[in-house]
Amino acid sequence: MAGKVKYACDIEKSVLINNFEKRGWTSASADEDWNFYWSSVQTTRNIFSIENGYRLQDDQVINHFPNHYELTRKDLMVKNLKRYRKDLEKEGNPVSERDDEGRYKYLDFIPVTFLLPADYNLFVEEFRKNPNSTWIMKPTGKARGIGIFLINKLSQLKKWSRDSKTNSFAAPSGKDAYVISRYIDNPLLIGGKKFDLRLYVLVTSYRPLKCYMYRLGFCRFCTVKYTSSTSELDNMFIHLTNVSIQKHGDEYNNVHGGKWTIKNMRLFLEGTRGKEVTDKLFDDINWLTVHSLKAVSGVMANDRHCFECYGYDIIIDNNLKPWLIEVNASPSLTSTTAADRIMKYNLINDSLNIVMPSGELPDVRWNKVPPKDALGNYDLLYDEDLAQADILERDTKSRLGLSVGSRGRDAKSSFTGRPPPTTWK
Amino acid sequence: MDTATDMELSHLVDMVTRNLKATPLYTDMRQAAAAQVQKDSFHLGDLKQSLLSALEESGWERKLRNAVYREMLICAQRELSIAPPEDQKEPLTYMRKAQAAWEKRILKSLNSMCTELSVPLARKRPPQEQKELLSRWTELGTEEPDLSHFRPVYAPKDFLEQSDFSELSISEPQAGVDDSPEIPADVFASERTKLGRRVLEADHTSLAQQYAKKGCPTGLRGAIWAQILGVKVDSVDQLYYQQLKSYVIHHDLLIDSLIYKDVKLTAANDDYYFVFEDLLHQILLIFSRDTSVLKCFAHTSATPAKSYIRGKLGMEEFQVTYPPSGVIPFHGFTMYSASLCFVYDEPARLYFIFREMYTRYFFHLHHMSSHPQGIVSLCALFESLLQTHEPELFYHLKGVGAQPLKIAFKWLMRAFAGFLGSDQLLLLWDRVLGFNSLEILSVLAFAIFSFRRTNLLEVSSYAAAEAVLSDLTTLKLVPLLQLALFS
Repeated sequence: MAGKVKYACDIEKSVLINNFEKRGWTSASADEDWNFYWSSVQTTRNIFSIENGYRLQDDQVINHFPNHYELTRKDLMVKNLKRYRKDLEKEGNPVSERDDEGRYKYLDFIPVTFLLPADYNLFVEEFRKNPNSTWIMKPTGKARGIGIFLINKLSQLKKWSRDSKTNSFAAPSGKDAYVISRYIDNPLLIGGKKFDLRLYVLVTSYRPLKCYMYRLGFCRFCTVKYTSSTSELDNMFIHLTNVSIQKHGDEYNNVHGGKWTIKNMRLFLEGTRGKEVTDKLFDDINWLTVHSLKAVSGVMANDRHCFECYGYDIIIDNNLKPWLIEVNASPSLTSTTAADRIMKYNLINDSLNIVMPSGELPDVRWNKVPPKDALGNYDLLYDEDLAQADILERDTKSRLGLSVGSRGRDAKSSFTGRPPPTTWK
Repeated sequence: MDTATDMELSHLVDMVTRNLKATPLYTDMRQAAAAQVQKDSFHLGDLKQSLLSALEESGWERKLRNAVYREMLICAQRELSIAPPEDQKEPLTYMRKAQAAWEKRILKSLNSMCTELSVPLARKRPPQEQKELLSRWTELGTEEPDLSHFRPVYAPKDFLEQSDFSELSISEPQAGVDDSPEIPADVFASERTKLGRRVLEADHTSLAQQYAKKGCPTGLRGAIWAQILGVKVDSVDQLYYQQLKSYVIHHDLLIDSLIYKDVKLTAANDDYYFVFEDLLHQILLIFSRDTSVLKCFAHTSATPAKSYIRGKLGMEEFQVTYPPSGVIPFHGFTMYSASLCFVYDEPARLYFIFREMYTRYFFHLHHMSSHPQGIVSLCALFESLLQTHEPELFYHLKGVGAQPLKIAFKWLMRAFAGFLGSDQLLLLWDRVLGFNSLEILSVLAFAIFSFRRTNLLEVSSYAAAEAVLSDLTTLKLVPLLQLALFS
């Protein structure tokens, strides 16, 4: 062994420390020569800030990208995604195809969203088309359900309308900015209860894009029966599934914590709705994730010292269509139950095995995808290198007049709604 | 049944005919026959022959065949005999006595709970309460009454203690399990799915049953099981379901609190099943009001508890079965239905499947009888398998005071519900339906002991043995059964 890995960590979580110690890594302070840093987003930002002038070495790896907020801040994610759609449309990419009603066939996976106060007038226009719709207001920079509320009348937004009129040219200060999104009012209910999905996605590189989907995601259930009745708009337990909110509900259960494995959800959906639609749902979720990452891959500072493990929040509606709600850069590592603790320990373990193969000193010049048996509970979601190679191969074959089989449709473009064989299939 | 005598056969035919005459199929078929005869094209010359072929063409023959087959399946579980009524229920006197003693104990426990808590066994709900209950029907789990004084009437442990199984260790390994065809590992292959679709199209009960022996693909399970069990929820069934629901709304039974508490203590606290809590409250309350469940008691020595209308104690004509279904749930009863929520999500359909599964199979798991599907026989089968094939393990565990049956009993009594992973449990129940037998439960219990033998041979106490076998959720059913049956 060339030398022991030194780790730094500014989040005191046993699932992290236990994993580092299991590998025989030694603890180092943030100022020392660490090889691996599991840091808060703020620390990463400081390290990469220009004033700091700190340069990372080839044997240093850190768990965030410097400008991860392009994906994880609700307003920026929406902006990036809208641009991504336009770009694809401009180049005539079939992925940007629209259906008869003018909606994107493959890229319509976030609820209609506006920034407030900036887009107030656009929002009003949209709201008037469906005056009975419910909308959800979220502060742009906050997580865990803080500051969220629902509205179904314009009068509830007086404050923002005034703001937009009086200082329409003033940039909204980050603190007061909100996004307002169409509330998914036809969520899929299981046992009569609403839930959302928490999925974990590991990105090791943005250009080329290399990402992995974790198999052990879970559903988070509301403890209170779902009702779309507007009189219940104030009862946040019905609408929000964040564990940090649900924990304050009377019905919170410490044994399961309202968490249900994805595996159980699949068993239930296949059993009650059939295999085809269930497969399609999971396919759609995978694609939604890939598109959300591709949408930011151009703007993301693709620092080779960085990787990131994101928490994806997804809601499924009763037509089994998945909607991306938001992406978290620091998904909670606090464990609510015994099973949760084991899962999170494994999540860190499997993530480390991919970004720090064999637990040895890292070398950021290494840019290969680990072999399949080293992925643990991760599945390769998308590898741009492999996808490109695949397309080249198929292009060559088709030019040579060889059969390309049923995938002929895919060969027309670099990217369509169908998965290329190099990813999760 | 291969060796049935002519007399037994004619007895069987009588029985099946009698049972079928009591079903809607009989009246429906008569009406269909009448309609055929009235057709102008009907050839009256050879009435019988023309009628038969007309019924065959219009699909009634298939329906009749399926119905007869299902009746045969139910009869196959019983001894074919022309014995006196009390022997038909239970031929062994000591078994009758044991069951009677057990029932007395349950009843005593129920009655003393009534007295202690001064809660009536049943009361009519005031109109306001009825209204409230109706409005909360789909979210019964959110109600939080104080049930701390209620206790489960009995748990698997009590049932085991009550029964002295030692004198029953003679058992006959049964056909249908030990000689079963090999069970393929890859049950989800697309070929299986294609075949399954064809089975469903054929609307053929015996084909569906054969198919289930090798496990059902998740997406087809609901339809295959419904076909084997003959459950088609039509408008009459829906009406019946609504009727039962109205019984729940109108009357409050002490049993309701027990059901409520059991759901809370089991499914609501379980990683796999908690999401189904509200649904389970609904169907278990409805089940307790369903008198059609009483027919289970015809073939065992068990007798449903009786109660008298207030003030009419001891008067035969004011005697009622309590609860109406005759079934007093034990701790963990909820789990029989919880697993089915992964297959059916429409309440009425879920209910009728559950009721059919219960009356055909689960009923036998908590009543004492010498029935080959009964819990006593299953225990004996388990013990003899372990003793024959793992003698070292068997005697080691007995030696350290870790009686294997003491651990396996709760698995058997709950048909492994809540012990195996949710997907594995459904694969196990595929086999129960496919082989029309509960003996697979004993085989699996034996296989689990055998599989964990290395660790079990190291234990020196009951608690340690129990710890080795406490988590079964990681087990894979098919390889385990293969290990037990073919190695």
